[in-house]
Amino acid sequence: MLEREGALAFWLLVPTLALLTLFIAYPFVRGVWLSLTNAVVGEPGHFIGLRNFTKIFDDSIFRTAALNTFVYTGVTTVFKLALGLWLALLLNRHFRGKAWVRAFILLPFIIPTVLSTLAWKWMFDPTFSVFNWLFWKLSIINSRINWLGDPELAMASIMTVNVWRGVPFYAISLLAGLQTINPDLHEAAAIDGANRWQRFWHVTWPLLLPVTMVVVLFSIIQTFADFQLVYVLTGGGPANATHLFATYAYQIGIGTGLLSEGAAISLAMFPALLLVVVFQLWYIRRVENR
Amino acid sequence: MAEFDRRKFLQYSGAGLAGILASHQAPVFAQAGTVHWIKWNDFVPASDELLRKTILPEAGKALGLKINLETVNGNDLQPRVTSAIQSGTGPDLFMLFNNHPHLYAASAVNISDVAEAIGKAQGGYYKLCRSNTNDGNKFMSVPWAIIGGMIAYRKSWFEEVGYSKFPETWQQYHEAGKKLKAKGHPIGQTLGHTFGDAPTFSYPYLWSWGGKEVDEKGKVVLDSKQTLESVKFMTAFWKDAHDEGGLAWDDTNNNRAFLSGTICATLNGASIYIETLRKPDQYKTDSGAPMKTDILHSPLPEGPAGRFGMHTFQSHMLMAYSKNQKGAKEFLKWMHDPKNFDAWFVSQKGFATPPTQVWEKHKMWNEDPVMAPYKVAGRLGLTPGYAGPANRKAAEVLTKYIITDMYAKAVQGMAPEAAVKWAHEEVSKVYNGA
Repeated sequence: MLEREGALAFWLLVPTLALLTLFIAYPFVRGVWLSLTNAVVGEPGHFIGLRNFTKIFDDSIFRTAALNTFVYTGVTTVFKLALGLWLALLLNRHFRGKAWVRAFILLPFIIPTVLSTLAWKWMFDPTFSVFNWLFWKLSIINSRINWLGDPELAMASIMTVNVWRGVPFYAISLLAGLQTINPDLHEAAAIDGANRWQRFWHVTWPLLLPVTMVVVLFSIIQTFADFQLVYVLTGGGPANATHLFATYAYQIGIGTGLLSEGAAISLAMFPALLLVVVFQLWYIRRVENR
Repeated sequence: MAEFDRRKFLQYSGAGLAGILASHQAPVFAQAGTVHWIKWNDFVPASDELLRKTILPEAGKALGLKINLETVNGNDLQPRVTSAIQSGTGPDLFMLFNNHPHLYAASAVNISDVAEAIGKAQGGYYKLCRSNTNDGNKFMSVPWAIIGGMIAYRKSWFEEVGYSKFPETWQQYHEAGKKLKAKGHPIGQTLGHTFGDAPTFSYPYLWSWGGKEVDEKGKVVLDSKQTLESVKFMTAFWKDAHDEGGLAWDDTNNNRAFLSGTICATLNGASIYIETLRKPDQYKTDSGAPMKTDILHSPLPEGPAGRFGMHTFQSHMLMAYSKNQKGAKEFLKWMHDPKNFDAWFVSQKGFATPPTQVWEKHKMWNEDPVMAPYKVAGRLGLTPGYAGPANRKAAEVLTKYIITDMYAKAVQGMAPEAAVKWAHEEVSKVYNGA
């Protein structure tokens, strides 16, 4: 039997299929089902159609969380890409201690998120913030900055931490992409009289684009569904100003015990993510086929 | 010695195994042995230590059980109970806060026999303990303790601005706080999403102005003149007298801020004072005296509708999925026996007030006058959802932090009318929804 290619392929795929079914397909289908019932913790509930979805779209906190998620993902992605690319270009040069610097750059990405976020929480602490202490000592401020207590500043703070954590991923992935570009191309462009910017824009960037798209795709998915960072820093506060889809779903589903409504909130991010994924995969294929 | 050959061994073990399989139950010695109890990390760490080192080993000996105690941050109890119920496995006994037992009623064992017996033997439960744990037909959990919420304040600082007695009304508190903030010692109060200090302030504050989420018949009446007055007052009070960082505080921030000498007063359990008793050399006043000599406690000030309180309340739920319900019940009975409960109660030094009235007579209350206000905490407190019952809907409003957020939104700049309207709509969705 193993000599027939089709059968062999099938049997080799079985473990992966089983794992995907068990850990991806089943929870997803169950989540969809849950969102169509009125289940609360400890009570299975019964089918109620789309009532949970109409309820959440009528919920002002949900609308805030949805808007926050888009802003949070959009702003941090731009910063992560710009800073990550800049860092990758710098790291692609030759300098002494290159290997060490590259290893250190990865630190924010390697440290468990909860741990590093707790450190940030101390730095943003309303009473004992080290930033406030520093600015005060430098006579830049004369009253405390309310990092996590002011709605706009709280949002800016969580974005800052997300960018800090995400830049290394961009930098290292883009660096790997940069290293696959043949130096001859740069040389040829230089001989033809292209300046630094022209070489970047007409040689580096087009060749780096497929890698960039994949990195951005992963990053958007992860940022869109971010949870730990916001949960640790603000818990969605002050007064729901920093709730994202995931943290609000958690508060409703796990905190308040309204499992079906929590599932509906989680699923609400699915269409947006699906669109992003479909668009980017289509774009990557187009670039590759050129 | 009787001969025990291979054949006999197989016969006996085979029969035993068949018996176990037929009864679908593990042998008694394997299943009755352990009770898994989960509770919060006590703000008086000495009490958890006492439980681990002395009380639980004694209980184990007396009952022939092993009690596994697990302690977690108070904010993590709800996620834990939800996942335990959904997966049908987890700790046998869960500590729950306030009216949360109403949220998990379907997954609780009817524990009326244990709770009623304790209440009857110990002078009766306080009203708030009963309404948080009893749905009218049965007890869903056994009342454990009331963490009295009082304002801890720095006596000397209030004296400096002309208050030899703690302010009686919100207006006086506002004036005092304004003067103290100008001197660099604001009032510290959280309006964040945290289980204890946020709702135990925002609910009684609302009630003291005459506002409430529902009336006695369960009709949502939050959007009222009284509520609006309370929100308007709060916006100025916050700006003039409070540490504005409080919007991002959890239950531990005010303890740290008070102990580091940055705030003059905060609503809290007695944990701040108890910590200063424990470490007199570490916590000092500006003049170098131990901070414990400069702390007093007071109930929340009075509003136009009177003086109110809402204390963090704890009870223990025996989970329906528990494989050792008998053992867990026996443990609860043993633990609440005054002979055994006494050592734990004394170790709390008044941080926890027991749920039954007989404990008001305990000599511990005479030892330290600073702790005396906590003795009667159980008599004063109301339950979330007042003037309605402390039911599932009230628990939902509480866990969504709607009342606290109403004030938080207003102090962040939303018009008071809009904040009240927003909260009224959110509360209505909970009470009138499916």
